[in-house]
Amino acid sequence: MIPRVIALGRHGCDLLEALGRSGLFLAQSALGWPSREGLYLWLRQMHFVGVLSLAIVLVSGLFIGMVLALQGYTILIDFGAEQALGQMVALSLLRELAPVVAALLFAGRAGSALTAEIGLMKATEQLTSMEMIGVDPLRRVVAPRLWAGFVSLPLLTVGFSVVGIYGGFLVGVEWLGLFEGSYWSNMQASVDFIADVGNGMLKSLVFALVVTWIAVFQGYDLIPTSEGISRATTRTVVYSSLAVLGLDFVLTAVMFGGLS
Amino acid sequence: MTDTPLVEVDDLHFSRGDKEIFRGVSMRIPRGKITAIMGPSGTGKTTLLKLIGAQLAPDAGRVRIDGQDVHALSRKALFRLRRRMGMLFQSGALFSDLDVFENVAFPLRVHTDLPEPMIRDLVLMKLQAVGLRGARHLTPAELSGGMTRRVALARAIALDPELILYDEPFVGQDPISMGVLVQLVKRLNEALGLTAVVVSHDIKETLSIADYVYVIADGQVMAEGTPASLDVERDPRVSQFVHGEPDGPVPFHYPAVDFYRDILDTGRQR
Repeated sequence: MIPRVIALGRHGCDLLEALGRSGLFLAQSALGWPSREGLYLWLRQMHFVGVLSLAIVLVSGLFIGMVLALQGYTILIDFGAEQALGQMVALSLLRELAPVVAALLFAGRAGSALTAEIGLMKATEQLTSMEMIGVDPLRRVVAPRLWAGFVSLPLLTVGFSVVGIYGGFLVGVEWLGLFEGSYWSNMQASVDFIADVGNGMLKSLVFALVVTWIAVFQGYDLIPTSEGISRATTRTVVYSSLAVLGLDFVLTAVMFGGLS
Repeated sequence: MTDTPLVEVDDLHFSRGDKEIFRGVSMRIPRGKITAIMGPSGTGKTTLLKLIGAQLAPDAGRVRIDGQDVHALSRKALFRLRRRMGMLFQSGALFSDLDVFENVAFPLRVHTDLPEPMIRDLVLMKLQAVGLRGARHLTPAELSGGMTRRVALARAIALDPELILYDEPFVGQDPISMGVLVQLVKRLNEALGLTAVVVSHDIKETLSIADYVYVIADGQVMAEGTPASLDVERDPRVSQFVHGEPDGPVPFHYPAVDFYRDILDTGRQR
């Protein structure tokens, strides 16, 4: 019994210590004035983190929009409410599916790559040698990646929503024969810019921060062996998926649950 | 001023977990000389370099470089001091996303505002010094082990440091690249007046170029002196190491229970 209590306590202390370390890490790398060199490094990372994730995010968005329209149509038609399809597709995507699914895909595609890349740089002493040259790897390696993730996920989420709504249009209007006017005008009438689009984007910003933070911290903090890198990569995907889904519930409750 | 040692290590204590690595190590590293730190594997030679470069902090004791206590410096001042030092890592630690030219140019780009043509000239000079000017467009993945270390050496001297720390520069090299590296270390020291610290257990090569040698074992300086004086050293532990005898006061076997009992104790445990 006592050893278990001790183990629990030690586990709690370790957890708190890791949280503190990751907070300091975030502050040290994200704060500070960007230089022109930093701008270039950031653009480079925008390519690796953002542009290269574009394909998977857009294709997934298209399929999710199409599935939503198909499922929604078969249910709505029972109530003779198939005109509301556009509204349903748009609201589910903007409020919920686009931020969450894009963040999950982003964690798998870009987050794991960030962890593995930084981890491998640590394992091959590139980070240490950078320090010995007199360059802070937090500013040079971590900060551009952190900012690239923070900026690119919300943009990817916008793309996801747009393509998803188009996918819903393809299935609902082009395939199932819904009247085109009702698809778009119902959507226009029911979607509020601040409440729906704005809150969805806010969610996406929060997810972007959390996922990228977890990914770069796991990479920087790992044990520099091949086993350590593989475990850290797994942890990035697991932790960020859980964090995204958990935070999504909290944010939804505050934004749309009438708790405010 | 030039008579004071560049690096002074005073009564350094360091432990990792429960394992005590250094128990009061002191050494003086004179300017413009090659000082070798030798000892069997696992005695913390690399750790000592990391303590000198302030990547690790000691439990007690001081390291002073040019009179400054490196562990008391602010992060900013430490990074400024590190511009005057170069370090050659055992793995080379080249940046894998940059080619050979950009790797050597890296310290110049981040620490100076030199115009591009001048950076190019400087990089080519450094690459010429290590004999790899023709390899400037290769990526680190295309280099052999010996070439990697030579590029890393060119990068370490890019800013013309006063002090250069070599971590096992000769380990795992074929005889030819070993000879090239030994010559390079010596030539850099003679031509540029670099102060060099060479951590190594390649006895023959290191003794051939070192001006002064420290032998560390069991967390302490076991012997020190010029290569010639170490060669005739009477201390059996030092002589075992210097002459490379497999067994002696430094045991060949990792501590274990009696072999006879271990063999007869069948089936109990692994």
